[in-house]
Amino acid sequence: MLDQAATLASARVAGDDIILDVAAACCRFDVSAPALSRLFSHEPRRILRAVENVSLTVRRGTTFSIVGESGCGKSTLARMVVGLQRPTEGKLSFRDIRRADGTIGPPRVQMIFQDPYASLNPRWRVGDIIAEPIRELKLRSDEAAVQQRVGDLLEVVGLSRTDASRYPHAFSGGQRQRISIARALATEADFLVCDEPTSALDVSVQAQILNLMVRLQKEFGLTYLFISHNLSVVRHMSDDLAIMYLGRFVEAGPAEQVFTRPQHPYTRLLLDTIPDVEQPNRERRPMSGEVPSPISPPAGCTFNPRCAQAADRCRVERPELRQLGGVEVSCHFA
Amino acid sequence: MNAPAAQPLLSVRDLRIVFDGRHGPLTALDGVSFDIAPGEILGMVGESGAGKSLTGTAVIGLLDPPGRIAGGEIHLAGQRIDNLPAEAMRKLRGRRIGAIFQDPLTSLHPLLKVGDQLVETILTHLPVSRAEARKRALDLLKEVGIPAAETRIDHFPHQFSGGMRQRVVIALALCAEPSLIIADEPTTALDVSIQAQITTLLKRLCREHGTAIMLVTHDMGVIAETADRVAVMYAGRIVEIGPAEGVTRRPSHPYTAGLMASIPSVHARHEHLNQIDGAMPRLNAIPPGCAFNPRCGKAEAFCREHKPGLPLAGHAAACHFPLKEAVHA
Repeated sequence: MLDQAATLASARVAGDDIILDVAAACCRFDVSAPALSRLFSHEPRRILRAVENVSLTVRRGTTFSIVGESGCGKSTLARMVVGLQRPTEGKLSFRDIRRADGTIGPPRVQMIFQDPYASLNPRWRVGDIIAEPIRELKLRSDEAAVQQRVGDLLEVVGLSRTDASRYPHAFSGGQRQRISIARALATEADFLVCDEPTSALDVSVQAQILNLMVRLQKEFGLTYLFISHNLSVVRHMSDDLAIMYLGRFVEAGPAEQVFTRPQHPYTRLLLDTIPDVEQPNRERRPMSGEVPSPISPPAGCTFNPRCAQAADRCRVERPELRQLGGVEVSCHFA
Repeated sequence: MNAPAAQPLLSVRDLRIVFDGRHGPLTALDGVSFDIAPGEILGMVGESGAGKSLTGTAVIGLLDPPGRIAGGEIHLAGQRIDNLPAEAMRKLRGRRIGAIFQDPLTSLHPLLKVGDQLVETILTHLPVSRAEARKRALDLLKEVGIPAAETRIDHFPHQFSGGMRQRVVIALALCAEPSLIIADEPTTALDVSIQAQITTLLKRLCREHGTAIMLVTHDMGVIAETADRVAVMYAGRIVEIGPAEGVTRRPSHPYTAGLMASIPSVHARHEHLNQIDGAMPRLNAIPPGCAFNPRCGKAEAFCREHKPGLPLAGHAAACHFPLKEAVHA
């Protein structure tokens, strides 16, 4: 029986290299007024649809990026993946993987947060911050081995072993983000969810952190789910890419293809409005309007009020995601 | 600077700001000099802690103790303003220099309707009646692109989105038609699509009113598309200054060049990003000579001993071995 399970697992591992499979996940929040107020004012329930019907697969050792403006649901999706938020509908499943040491099991998932000033406990020494997951999960048998591992991790992320005895306040933003990465790696993580890991950093420091992340991915075969609103960072990091608008994917596919041949009007506008150092355009025409509220999204295609191509059909019928030359697009006119 | 027509609107010379701390004074800004012409947008870029916001704070006279101006002069349209008494500076602030800050939520009063905030500011600075002030407030809201301004004027800040709030803040800065606006990271808290709307608005105001803007930002893309000239700051000094296109396309200081090369491209994917190793020095440990020398690939013994100066020329770099083009220091 056990043997059978093991062969099944290894067959799955050998069959494909998919590590995460999200099937039609939805996350809705009830933001209604309290029941009694609703009763008196005859208000209906109000549901915020943060993530609606999102499906994606992430291949092992690659970077899948999710791009969108604030409130589009990208962080909610990340929280669902790490299990901090339950999906209202749909399913998220991690596939078993075979590690370098021969063990087979579900991937270990860790998260790197946006603000390195808020994600490290200011009263703990860096050594304890990094050692906590090792101690908690009993990954090392004795304290000497834990300290050895902490020192190794600090060196892996480009800090020095002696930094373990210092407190987070002694480090700059970029160094703190290195500490967060070391903490995430402490569990021998296979899958890292990175929620805007460089948006709090200066560009020169951002380059250091991105280079570090690329190097670690190669060395340890890490898989990244990368959340960002910065398209040039996403371009640098991603293998696959999804553009999110009001809780839904509007375009998803291989990053190279989405960047070189964007098909959804929102993707095109997003690429058109970002200020560009290499090819500055001082007469750029900004996208008009703002992201509508996810509590009362527009009927039909949710992007229609801001879309130059919108026709009557777009205001009534919501376009489904469909395959168009290797990329999924949800637009009637793509 | 001989002809009065060529007189800069704002002229900062050898500005030095010192913070008196427990362990002795820290020099946060050292020998900063630049000019802004009427109607010009000067971009100030640099990493956190380089002194770009501090420069803006000093110009607008909002430097708080223990920070103090320890040397240098600031002139606005020929008048020296760095040594003005607090009351005179208060009158000038808002009237002749406007300010836009990063976070539009914290720069508006949450308990006052936006119209009342505008009217109050207008009445403080201009000799008009309350009715005229309200009319002007309405015109300003229309001008900065607030839809349905007639009803929005009586809304509270929390009823506006981030982008709309920033438009209100811009309207507030414009109340008394100042000749200079200090915009400190005005688009950083906003989404990319909204960011473009705000920079377009700033450019239009600059063109139509002849307002000069000192645009403090860390986003090189915004600078390249918005600013006429740009000053790059590092460790409390300006290391390079010149026309935006020249500085961003043909940087002359090794720091600027490194900064430009570390920005990922939207047009192509590269294996490895250029990175400047190390970090900007702390204020109490600024190395002697050129402050960038420990991180600079071209540094020589000379750089460790002699502080490079910055000539006041078209495109200049404070470097002993500039990469090309710019005027030698």
